[in-house]
Amino acid sequence: MPVAASLKTVSKLYGTFAALRKVTVDFEQGRWYVLLGENGAGKSTLLRVIAGLLQPTYGTVLVGEGPPHQGRDRIGYMSHAAMLYDEFTAVENLRYFASLYRERPCQAPEAALDAVGLDPTLKRPVGQYSQGMRQRVSLARVLISQPELLLLDEPFSNMDVASARQMLALLAAQRAQGRTVLLTTHQRELAEPLADYVLTMMAGSVASLLATETAK
Amino acid sequence: MKQRPYFLIHLLKDLRLEWRSRDAINSMLFFALLVVVLFSLAFDPTRAVSRQISGGILSVAVMFASVTALNQAWARELRHQVLDAQRMTPAPAASLFIGKVLANFIFVSVVELALAPLFTIFYNLHAIGQGWLLLVVLPLGTWALVVNGTFFAALSIRTRSRELLLPLILFPIFIPALLGMVQATTNILTGEADPGLWIKLLGVYDVIFTTVCLLLFELVLNAEQ
Repeated sequence: MPVAASLKTVSKLYGTFAALRKVTVDFEQGRWYVLLGENGAGKSTLLRVIAGLLQPTYGTVLVGEGPPHQGRDRIGYMSHAAMLYDEFTAVENLRYFASLYRERPCQAPEAALDAVGLDPTLKRPVGQYSQGMRQRVSLARVLISQPELLLLDEPFSNMDVASARQMLALLAAQRAQGRTVLLTTHQRELAEPLADYVLTMMAGSVASLLATETAK
Repeated sequence: MKQRPYFLIHLLKDLRLEWRSRDAINSMLFFALLVVVLFSLAFDPTRAVSRQISGGILSVAVMFASVTALNQAWARELRHQVLDAQRMTPAPAASLFIGKVLANFIFVSVVELALAPLFTIFYNLHAIGQGWLLLVVLPLGTWALVVNGTFFAALSIRTRSRELLLPLILFPIFIPALLGMVQATTNILTGEADPGLWIKLLGVYDVIFTTVCLLLFELVLNAEQ
């Protein structure tokens, strides 16, 4: 199966602290990976390195055929933070970001918001949204450019279970369209049933990479 | 449909954000106004003295006032990691920089336009030289300030004491442009000398520093903590 992202002996050091230690892993295209691990295990750092937002201290990262910065328009990254302007409405935020993806067939902002279960006619600025609503907008921001690789860092941390399940169904639809999903979460019971692989990290290293029943 | 250039998308975004909050313009305007009024009261200059010192006072007032806004130039991008979302887009880093510089240039120019009539009244000014040249000098000096200010604000965003760091880096770099701006303005107001050389200096300074900042911005943007 083609590889969406590949890491070869990747280490990320902050002074003497190793956030990642010689991580070697291939992420197959069109698969759903759930990244588990305790706080500080290196999950977020791993996603940021794949996104090209952090440079590895050692090792090689490939997204598709090249380094991450060459394929940034094909990567959708969602972090703990909303990555949105508080002063803009959801539609204004999405319209702004969509206009920066000129070469990609972007969704209409209204359709993207509709897909994450938000009312696109809301005129309130995002700064007045609840955390859960902001995360939905943030997910819509990621999905609007229809990226091939989705890197989602704790996307359901402030959502109720029903909303999280709705987002999972949306992500499952993305996977069905051939997109690769890498998702970190502490809500293992929610994401694992839909995942193809469960990658567990411990102290910056990959402790295990197990295929689930879905992958088989 | 013809697409907008990337820098224009960033510029319009910044203008819209400022229109909603008016953070930058309000803080700059009040600060600059205070400096102008306080200097006027402190020195109570005659018309002749005014012509000699007002170029310096205006430049320094705008410079200090701009720092309050430039310190906040990237604050919205830092909040909630919007800058990371921008880094992930295929839009070139230079377009983000130019959009931000143009926005700051417009904000500072608005403040200068608002100050101009007050300045004329408080300092009883009337240009003896070619007054229209001020329309060349002030934009050139303002551009020198905002292009460096925006760049160094980006450079210092990941530091803890960025409010202190920005003027510490910016002011020494800005000295040649400040000198050109003050001398050109004084020469225009007094009519004693030709401001041409100082205007050329400002122009060359702007070209050099805009080019350097544009070339280095991507490096600064992608610098890690």
